[in-house]
Amino acid sequence: MNRRIFLKSGACSLVALAGPPRFLLRTAAAADARGKVLVAVFQRGAVDGLSMVVPHGDPAYATARPTIALKPPKRGEGDRALDLDGFFELHPALAPLVPLWENRSLAVVHACGSPDTTRSHFDAQDYMESGTPGVKATPDGWLARAVKALPAKPAPFRAVALGRALPRALQGDTGAIAMQSIDRFDMRAADTTARGGFEALYARTVSDVLSGTGYQTFEAMKMLQSANASRIPPANGAEYPRGQFGAAMRQVAQLIKASVGLEVAFADTQGWDTHVGQGAEQGQLAARLREFAGALAAFAQDLGDRMADVVVLTMSEFGRTIGENGNRGTDHGHATAMLALGGGVRGGRVYGRWPGLGREQRFEDRDLAVTTDFRALFGEVAARHLGIPSAPLFPGWKASQPPLGLFA
Amino acid sequence: MTWLGLALLTLGALTGCGAPAFGAGAAPLTGAAPAEAPRVAPPLAEGRRILHVLNRVGFGPRPGDVERVRAVGLEAWIDRQLHPETIDDRATERALAELASIRLSIPEALREYPRPDPGLREKLQNGQMTRAEMLETFPPEKRPFRIAAELQAAKTLRAIESERQLQEVMVDFWFNHFNVFAEKGDVRWYVSAYERDVIRPKALGRFPDLVRASARHPAMLFYLDNWLSARPEFIVPVGPNKGRKAGLNENYARELMELHTLGVDGGYTQTDVTEVARAFTGWSIDRPQVEGRFVFRPRMHDTGEKVVLGHRIPAGGGQDDGERVLEILTHHPSTARFIATKLVRRFVADTPPPALVARVAATYLETEGDIRSMLRAIFSSPEFYGEDAYQAKVKKPFEFVASAVRALGATVDAQAAFGLARASAEIGEPLYQAQPPTGYPDRAEAWVTSGALLARMNFALALASGRYPRVSVDPGALVAGADPRSPDAVLDRLLAVLVGGQTSAETRAVLAAQLANPEITRLSPDDRGPANTDVAKLAALVLGSPEFQRR
Repeated sequence: MNRRIFLKSGACSLVALAGPPRFLLRTAAAADARGKVLVAVFQRGAVDGLSMVVPHGDPAYATARPTIALKPPKRGEGDRALDLDGFFELHPALAPLVPLWENRSLAVVHACGSPDTTRSHFDAQDYMESGTPGVKATPDGWLARAVKALPAKPAPFRAVALGRALPRALQGDTGAIAMQSIDRFDMRAADTTARGGFEALYARTVSDVLSGTGYQTFEAMKMLQSANASRIPPANGAEYPRGQFGAAMRQVAQLIKASVGLEVAFADTQGWDTHVGQGAEQGQLAARLREFAGALAAFAQDLGDRMADVVVLTMSEFGRTIGENGNRGTDHGHATAMLALGGGVRGGRVYGRWPGLGREQRFEDRDLAVTTDFRALFGEVAARHLGIPSAPLFPGWKASQPPLGLFA
Repeated sequence: MTWLGLALLTLGALTGCGAPAFGAGAAPLTGAAPAEAPRVAPPLAEGRRILHVLNRVGFGPRPGDVERVRAVGLEAWIDRQLHPETIDDRATERALAELASIRLSIPEALREYPRPDPGLREKLQNGQMTRAEMLETFPPEKRPFRIAAELQAAKTLRAIESERQLQEVMVDFWFNHFNVFAEKGDVRWYVSAYERDVIRPKALGRFPDLVRASARHPAMLFYLDNWLSARPEFIVPVGPNKGRKAGLNENYARELMELHTLGVDGGYTQTDVTEVARAFTGWSIDRPQVEGRFVFRPRMHDTGEKVVLGHRIPAGGGQDDGERVLEILTHHPSTARFIATKLVRRFVADTPPPALVARVAATYLETEGDIRSMLRAIFSSPEFYGEDAYQAKVKKPFEFVASAVRALGATVDAQAAFGLARASAEIGEPLYQAQPPTGYPDRAEAWVTSGALLARMNFALALASGRYPRVSVDPGALVAGADPRSPDAVLDRLLAVLVGGQTSAETRAVLAAQLANPEITRLSPDDRGPANTDVAKLAALVLGSPEFQRR
């Protein structure tokens, strides 16, 4: 749906400025009480995929990383890496994800990334979010195009990013909403005068980015209040870890459970740029992974059966060097590991061809080569989970390989 | 020009923003660089030029500023702003006096704000120490985070109160350009000194001096990890890592080229990144937790030959290798273009007019990166004074907060500034806390989101109704002279003070409609006396309006 349709349908609710747009709420709730939801999680800063899902079966792994390699799994020792399939192991800080691996709702796609060779965080994130590696002029993001490709629906909460800014992936003519927290997404005024005044100020023109966003803001605010989303407690004994990422995932779950018509959600997690002292079983990276896994596991537990309609897809702009650098850290690399969780994902498997870590197998003599274009993964998730053909999502790209077969 | 005419023009400017749609049929610019055939929008109407300059060169007008600039003359006022040392700013310095940490040297900061005892939390948990005892031995005002908090307050206070407005704008600009994250490790003790000693004194000086000063400051050395970068096979001789092998770290080398100088498309390769990293090996920090001073460590340095962007740097250059690299980079035409683009984006439009970028880049190359000369080129350009540029930029949260306080003519002290700095964080820009080396973005799309807009409206309400502690707002004084019995007169006076009378017809109409609301215009108890307009609420609506989010 483009913003114009949304605004047109929303204009009727202007008649009753102060009241919540009940008809919108009803429509959204009725149409998609159990709609499909895609939750994209971006690990900003380039996560070390080789520490997340460790190729301990590759002979070059341990020698490339004299101080930061993880030890091979050992039965009965909980602080050691966890064996997945005899070749790959899971970082011990990702232990909360093991039940999801075992019940086959969690899959790994390894050696995944962008065909573009940039090692700039900013450019690589831009390419991954626009869905057009090497092309900076793409005006919108791939998730915005995904929302547009879905059947139009009058709901202000179809696409939401939890965070300070609207990510590049959701920029475009879709009316996606960004908010730091749903509790604070409210006008803190005791009287309704100011609220009505502001609403009128932003309702008058829609030609301008500020007015368009402002108008939408009031629609969303009313809907959120009616649905009482911020009061919905975690279910099934789920406990989210402290920190921004846990809070973001908890709120995505609240929006899903509030049935506000959510279709695409986006959450960021920071702190993956481990140039110095990244650690192994314990340390800096382990702490980040613990929060990451804790939040994902809590999210799955919180949603329970509803996870059948929800897929979480994790991504990062690139991976890190195979060899550790001079400061027991890693520098900017190429391919990394991505996770897909929930929905119809055929989990319990590591997908993708393993390129190997040997000298002659490396990308530009130093990094893990990309064997799965990120667009193949994203496109398959969009097609199989949301029912969107990948052609409009990734202009100028045609899959050169058969699908990963991530879905049954 | 009639009021309606002005209003319509404003509307045109508002709706035409975004892509720089240079008006068809406008005269081509003479003497422009041969980029694209540039066409320049009609020049700004006289009444708007001063407002425009106050909004761009500074953090927006205070009541009476337009008249003051008119009295001095616009060009003379800009010229003084380009020479901040000629502007008396002692009042601001006095207001900053109580923020003591901003004047401390790095060793002093390390002594006065010691690292917390790692056992403290444990002692608290196992009952060896009560919370009260802990607060006494380790009071919040002596904890390291206080350094960044005072720096946030100082920055906010300066943006609002300083007469040297352009200097404050440029300090903000260059800090973002040479960003460091105040919460990364030892940076928290270095960040104040970094802004004070590297950014501030050179904000209007020569760009290469800024690059050189940032390259050797412990804040940058720590933030981008260069202090640890060493030649391959280097064995750490002392300290906790004694006996460990260290080696190359590319972090600084890459960001130096991508973000500080050449720009990501500036024409360097991965090999250049590695070579630059080798050149900077040994640029380190002397006793980071005691002295925190630049030191060159010859034993960490890679003494071999390096080739950077085709320039050979012979073996054995030592510390000079890094200096040579900085020379190569700051003389590069890509750097001139990159810096010109960022400056034009800050002062003119999100999509910088290419012809102006080309002229500013040429100025960079002619003047060896003289910032004042580049700014002069911008401030005298038809692009800067074109109708297309008017209100074309969306204020960053920090710019919005500062401009709203200034517009109300509120006075603030250092204590008030802490709260206002928090407001900037709530709207999306926590000061000195941009984690990625890109700093905060300077484009509208990064800041215009539902959550942030709501936070802006909430801030406008709280500020105008006096809910920010120690920010003295007197809405009555703003409309002094207007007949309080005439709500329309009050509104016009308010719009004149807050936005120079430059609102769209729509906004004026919406605000006028609010006057009929009994909560805005209260009649006297017996319904016969004069009406009493709620100026604070009206002012909040103006500050939260779409127009005021722009500059």
